[in-house]
Amino acid sequence: MKLAYWMYAGPAHIGTLRVASSFKNVHAIMHAPLGDDYFNVMRSMLERERDFTPVTASIVDRYVLARGSQEKVVENITRKDQEQKPDLIVLTPTCTSSILQEDLQNFIRRAQATTDSDVLLADVNHYRVNEFQAADRTLEQIISFYVKSNGSEIKKTTKPSANILGILTLGFHHQHDCREIYRLLKDLGIQINLIAPEGCSVTDLKKLPEAWINIVPYREIGLMAAKYLEAEFKMPYISITPMGLVDTASWITRICELTNSQIDYLKYIDHQTRFVSQAAWFSRSIDCQNLTGKKALVFGDATHAAAITKILVREMGIHVCCAGTYCQHDGDWFREQVQAFCDQVLITDDHTRVGNMIAELEPAAIFGTQMERHVGKRLDIPCGVISAPIHIQNFPLSYRPFLGYEGTNQIADLVYNSFTLGMEDHLLEIFGGHDVKTVITKNLSTQQDLAWDTSATEELQKIPGFVRNRIKRNTEKFARSKQIDMITVEVMYAAKEALAS
Amino acid sequence: MSTLKFECETGNYHTFCPISCVAWLYQKISDSFFLVIGTKTCGYFLQNALGVMIFAEPRYAMAELEEGDISAQLHDFDELKRLCLQINKDRNPSVIVWIGTCTTEIIKMDLEGMAPKIEKMIGCAIIVARANGLDYAFTQGEDTVLAAMAHRCPEVTEKTENRLILFGSLPNTVAEQLTRELANQGIKVSGWLPESRYEELPELGPGVYVCGVHPFLSRTATTLMRRRKCQLIGAPFPIGPDGTAAWIEKICQVFNVQPQNLNERQENIWQTLQPYINLIKGKSVFFMGDNLLEISLARFLIRCGMIVYEIGIPYMDKRFQASELNLLEKTCEQMNVPIPHIVEKPDNYNQIQRIRALKPDLVITGLAHSNPLEARGITTKWSVEFTFAQIHGFTNARDILELVTRPLRRNNHLKDLGWSELVLADRRDSGGFNK
Repeated sequence: MKLAYWMYAGPAHIGTLRVASSFKNVHAIMHAPLGDDYFNVMRSMLERERDFTPVTASIVDRYVLARGSQEKVVENITRKDQEQKPDLIVLTPTCTSSILQEDLQNFIRRAQATTDSDVLLADVNHYRVNEFQAADRTLEQIISFYVKSNGSEIKKTTKPSANILGILTLGFHHQHDCREIYRLLKDLGIQINLIAPEGCSVTDLKKLPEAWINIVPYREIGLMAAKYLEAEFKMPYISITPMGLVDTASWITRICELTNSQIDYLKYIDHQTRFVSQAAWFSRSIDCQNLTGKKALVFGDATHAAAITKILVREMGIHVCCAGTYCQHDGDWFREQVQAFCDQVLITDDHTRVGNMIAELEPAAIFGTQMERHVGKRLDIPCGVISAPIHIQNFPLSYRPFLGYEGTNQIADLVYNSFTLGMEDHLLEIFGGHDVKTVITKNLSTQQDLAWDTSATEELQKIPGFVRNRIKRNTEKFARSKQIDMITVEVMYAAKEALAS
Repeated sequence: MSTLKFECETGNYHTFCPISCVAWLYQKISDSFFLVIGTKTCGYFLQNALGVMIFAEPRYAMAELEEGDISAQLHDFDELKRLCLQINKDRNPSVIVWIGTCTTEIIKMDLEGMAPKIEKMIGCAIIVARANGLDYAFTQGEDTVLAAMAHRCPEVTEKTENRLILFGSLPNTVAEQLTRELANQGIKVSGWLPESRYEELPELGPGVYVCGVHPFLSRTATTLMRRRKCQLIGAPFPIGPDGTAAWIEKICQVFNVQPQNLNERQENIWQTLQPYINLIKGKSVFFMGDNLLEISLARFLIRCGMIVYEIGIPYMDKRFQASELNLLEKTCEQMNVPIPHIVEKPDNYNQIQRIRALKPDLVITGLAHSNPLEARGITTKWSVEFTFAQIHGFTNARDILELVTRPLRRNNHLKDLGWSELVLADRRDSGGFNK
């Protein structure tokens, strides 16, 4: 049992539902109690989806508990088949069905006899995998179900072409990223064969092997399918994330190598980097100079946290004091990616550890999820949101890719706007700030046993507001380490001296 | 009640899980801590449904069950004791409420058995409420918690005549408003279940009168009657001026008090509502049903001049809601409109077919269906808002109509633009990449 307030990755069935409902004309039936269809609310609200989410629950209630689902699941599958004529129905287990241990596979066999739709049981276990792993597996499962090699010759498209794997509903800026990749590939003369699962029909999946290559933009979802297609059809895949100028360049290079491109892609990269994207110029401009050596902390899913860390360090000269991810299952990859770019690596799904790390390191800016944004609010540290879990404001209507050359512009804006503006910072330093607010305690720690005597409190008031809290925290940290209970002016000075040395 | 017709469908409908009651109960009971004993699924629901609340160091948490707990490799008693000790140390609550979930039901975790033992060991009251999705919907979660809490109320010490305890969780200001409303009639409210602090739970016992303020509190009512030997005052619920007046009247009747100025008070409120009523008069409503407030709201809206096609409702306790159903019937008669269909355990898919056929002016529904219906030119209001808004008493009748008319007022603003239907004739817009 674990005391938990917040989780970064959702339960397994959410991953399955995200994949299933991204496909066109696929319906998911959850074997779940009343109220577990919360996915429909999220999709309808966050994505502002205009269509009914193709997910229904086959309700597990007291009655089912007593005598088993028996006909119920089969009836629900048959009914959905008749009502909406989907191509595929995915029966989705939840935490409840995991423990009930009913033979869902048997229900499927029975339902198949009376339905026109294909029926699959999602191969996910609530207690073993999280949302991302489940999505990855479900995508592979559906793809392998429809593309099983039948020994016959596969006709590749005449022109070089690619599949994009892993674009799906409720993904962080997925729709925008997809458009950006599409644009890039068009520039490189590569056709899009299929995008899966978003908007893709399962009956088209058999065309997947006709593409020359597979592109997996995000590590979390799509990699298993790409590996399956590589093993089965010898299709090469690219799992580099084209985020940031450097990685976009290597992504393009790799694609062009794999497709034997006749295009002078090095020239294309050079032109895009220097003149189409503004990011390269931005890092040279005097604005960005002011960001040099500023301290930032990065936390998010493996893909985004790794890419943003590299961009901050390599492309903007920012100091990343800590880079972390909650994708523990992919921790080794993440560590290898960022080790050389940051002071320390944090791999955890415990948000309090991340919060304490932020409180301890006091970076000038955070790049994280909505949780880190709220930690930042409490500690008065600005935060740019770079990864799920996210709120409705992270589903912008306007074009906001994170990938490709337009993505580099968006990221540069995000980074720049997150830090206190250079000139503003400078002026505050010269004139001692313009904040006259009184001290408010903003401390994540529950230890509140330190007292400040009157003269020390007065002294603290004299310090400009924008650094006051930091000094207060540093002093208290120092006092604790020395086991001092009462903070006097002397202690404050001692703390300052200890910090300077 | 001969003319009321009740139907029952498949129960394939969307609603919130009853564990969501922790959201408003932890705020109401300020010295409590709610521990939801469940899986990631429960946690994910709470964190998403409660939005920003989660960041405000809420007084609730998940005891997240892992594989070891399910397969009984870990001892649940020790595990729960460990977590409760930690909560007690960090937050020092007066009461820890364990919320049992579907999983604790299925693996038959004996929460009721463990609670008293752990309570003794850590010296903090522990209450068990089984607010799970196997048995209950949305607001019924509060019912399970209050029913459990009713056992903890102290026994009446001195016999006083006409002791009245109200039950149902309301924001403190609303509770105060209703208390004053009764005080104006010379009726003293001796306490509320729950009070804003656990330590102040009211005294209960034989001879104490109790009256509910929410339509979803039937278990609590039963517990108060059967276990605490209280006398239940069955009244319509104080939602809308008509409901509030009827509620006060019924209580007055029980206490043998002649209500003073009640009709004037009600009339004055109706006067202030007139601008809203002008907007909704003659318009039709369809309740898809998810929070059990449906009967009371429908009754009020009919009195406002609306026509209700269907009242979907998760669960219908005809005994606890008898007075409310009665008032509904009378209101229909008075307004000369047909009595709406009451559909218990509705089937959302079938309801959407009916909505398509009936084309109501307003559909009151959960968030899962709002956007899709709006895109098809059907105006909606999210039912969840009625749970969180202040809707009780004379003072707040306006807030109900503020909510109900909001989409209609929005429509009036946008009516000349011509783009009210926003879906492609052919299924979904895939973004145009895959044909």
